[in-house]
Amino acid sequence: MAMATDVPKEGFRLSMLIYDTRYRSYTIQLVVLVLFAMAVAWLLNNTVHNLALRGKEFNYGFLWQRAGYDIGQHLIPYTNDDNHFRALLVGLLNTAVVAFFGCIFATILGVVVGVLRLSRNWLVSRLMTVYVETFRNVPLLLWILLSYVILSEVTPLPKDFKVTDEMIAAGEAPKASMMLFDSIAVTNRGTNIPAPLFERGLGTLDLGFMSLNLTFWAIAALIAASIWVNHRIVASARATQESTGVRPVTWWKSLLVLFAPVIALLVALGFHLEIPALKGFNFQGGILVAHSFTALLIALTLYTAAFIAEIVRAGIMAISRGQSEAAFALGLRPNRTMSLIILPQALRVIIPPLISQYLNLTKNTSLGIAVSYLDLRGTLGGITLNQTGRELECMLLMMLIYLTISLTISTLMNMYNRSVQLKVR
Amino acid sequence: MKKSVFFGALAATTLVSGVALAGTLDDVKARGELLCGSNTGLTGFGNPDASGNWTGFDVDLCRAVAAAVLGDPNKVKFIPTTGETRFTALQSGEVDLLARNSTWTASRDSELALDFVAVNYYDGQGFMVKKDLGVSSAKELDGATVCIQTGTTTELNLADFFKQNNITYQPVTVADDSEAQRQYLAGACDTYTTDASGLAASRATMPDADNHIILPEIISKEPLGPVVRHGDNNWGDIVRWTYYALLIAEEKGITKANVEEVLASTTDEEVKRLLGASGDMGAKFGLDNAAFKNAIAAVGNYGEIFSRNIGEGTTINLARGLNALWTQGGLQYAPPFR
Repeated sequence: MAMATDVPKEGFRLSMLIYDTRYRSYTIQLVVLVLFAMAVAWLLNNTVHNLALRGKEFNYGFLWQRAGYDIGQHLIPYTNDDNHFRALLVGLLNTAVVAFFGCIFATILGVVVGVLRLSRNWLVSRLMTVYVETFRNVPLLLWILLSYVILSEVTPLPKDFKVTDEMIAAGEAPKASMMLFDSIAVTNRGTNIPAPLFERGLGTLDLGFMSLNLTFWAIAALIAASIWVNHRIVASARATQESTGVRPVTWWKSLLVLFAPVIALLVALGFHLEIPALKGFNFQGGILVAHSFTALLIALTLYTAAFIAEIVRAGIMAISRGQSEAAFALGLRPNRTMSLIILPQALRVIIPPLISQYLNLTKNTSLGIAVSYLDLRGTLGGITLNQTGRELECMLLMMLIYLTISLTISTLMNMYNRSVQLKVR
Repeated sequence: MKKSVFFGALAATTLVSGVALAGTLDDVKARGELLCGSNTGLTGFGNPDASGNWTGFDVDLCRAVAAAVLGDPNKVKFIPTTGETRFTALQSGEVDLLARNSTWTASRDSELALDFVAVNYYDGQGFMVKKDLGVSSAKELDGATVCIQTGTTTELNLADFFKQNNITYQPVTVADDSEAQRQYLAGACDTYTTDASGLAASRATMPDADNHIILPEIISKEPLGPVVRHGDNNWGDIVRWTYYALLIAEEKGITKANVEEVLASTTDEEVKRLLGASGDMGAKFGLDNAAFKNAIAAVGNYGEIFSRNIGEGTTINLARGLNALWTQGGLQYAPPFR
């Protein structure tokens, strides 16, 4: 900076914008910015012009029109008389439920595989290598289709469950039978599981724009409260252990707090299970988990878990060998070393790339279209788009929703990352 | 200054693209090829054979238009579209004409800004089931799993039909006919619903066609026809009148084989105008005067197209029914050619 005083004072000339290194970078940035703005303006202009040419206007009013189509899997009440916005919500929840369970299962499987891949057992580590390489190197879409085809080809038709009078007379068994005390039926269309029902449900609360299932939310709130109380019990036990060296016995308190209130509430609400039964063409009653959902979940889990396994392996290998040697020297067994010494430190390396795997998994749920899973892409970006002809509106809205979901996951995971990071005080 | 030049250029390009969109006929002539949106594969209506040649009822209409506009029925490029992509393909200019068993509805005319220029097949939605299911009426389908093509009017009709009859169903949405067939044959759904003609076409390709029946209920009106973009009236007129020329040809007994003979010997003034022997009707559409003669010579009249692709005796075996000429009690009727 001292050199600057030696530069002869000169007036500013236009050519300095290009030849003078002090200004050149500003010039380049400005030019790029203008070009970029012009490209955006051109795209917008083109869109507006072409929409006008076709006599179409940009309008989200169609969301409040009657949808008119049915959706097989809906987590909230939905009929074809509901509007397109409701169909969007149904699709969004279908996306969310696959993404949610997919992330959980993929993490569990990925951690197990990643750890086992480092196992000293030759067979186990090689098997895990084969698994990781197979799943990482074949496109996800093929895995989704494969699991769907397997599920629907190897499972029996609903009519195979039928027991006729002649069969009873002849002492024949039906070709297929239900599992788990006759409560679960797996057909080539889906898995029929018992549905929870309440004799004295709390009904629904109508908020105008949406209605809340009070029974569901009451149970969810109670479970959350129980978990929080249990957390406090464990925390106080730890505090006692740290001050006195003796850990008080808490397991019966935890069990009581976690299960007693929920069971009491369920009994009070008259909880019972509705068992699916074959009636007509299909199993009626209970909940139908369609194979499109199961196949998508299985494929997403297996595929993403392969990537997570590699991330976990990298995280573990990033921890210096000295750490485990020190742990062994203290007499810790390999399992305890892994869970107490290695994994907590490896988490710092694992979490950031794990976030992008969660984002990938969530975005990949949109491939469910291949097996007719009606997620957000299938409802808003599929049937609604087609029946209303609002391509631009639907696509933009869908992109915005996926962006919001991704950013939310990202934010939550970053918060978690900060909590496990090395604290510098 | 630079900016105004840029926006000037921008306005000019958009203007040019606007003109291009309005003049499909000029585009097709300049390209020397008609881009025809067709089905991804529906036997009898639009299907490529093993060597990649497209044949079918809708395909022949495209060939007739190509013969009328370009003088050669083979100057067509068929672009397969699904129920989901077809209208976007047409609106974006990816195809000049959509001949793909699409149903004419009010909202497609108004909201989607499309023009259905004619109805080349009067159809209705039906259900196909396996014989051993023991169902004889669609009203007995309570609780059934139904395969349904997405992005179609049949999807909405299905919901309405089950609601009106107070019965329930489980939808399995599929993208196209071949996936629907696969799911239906694998037993993933109890019944497959689409236009009755489409069901007949699907059944014809099944290895055990006799084990499947089409239920008697027709739950909707499905007028299927060729579609063009809204706003290019001249192009719409050309497609419409090419189709009517094929109808008039059947009415007047002009066939692929005898068209030259009729042209030489006819005394019927309407036939003379149609075949371009008198007047300048072709030129009024911006076409060659022999345009409609070329169309008939290329694919034959409507009756020939019907019986060759989907009529009785073919594997699809559809009766003319509503699609007979008005003179024989059907609905196919062309306005006078004058």
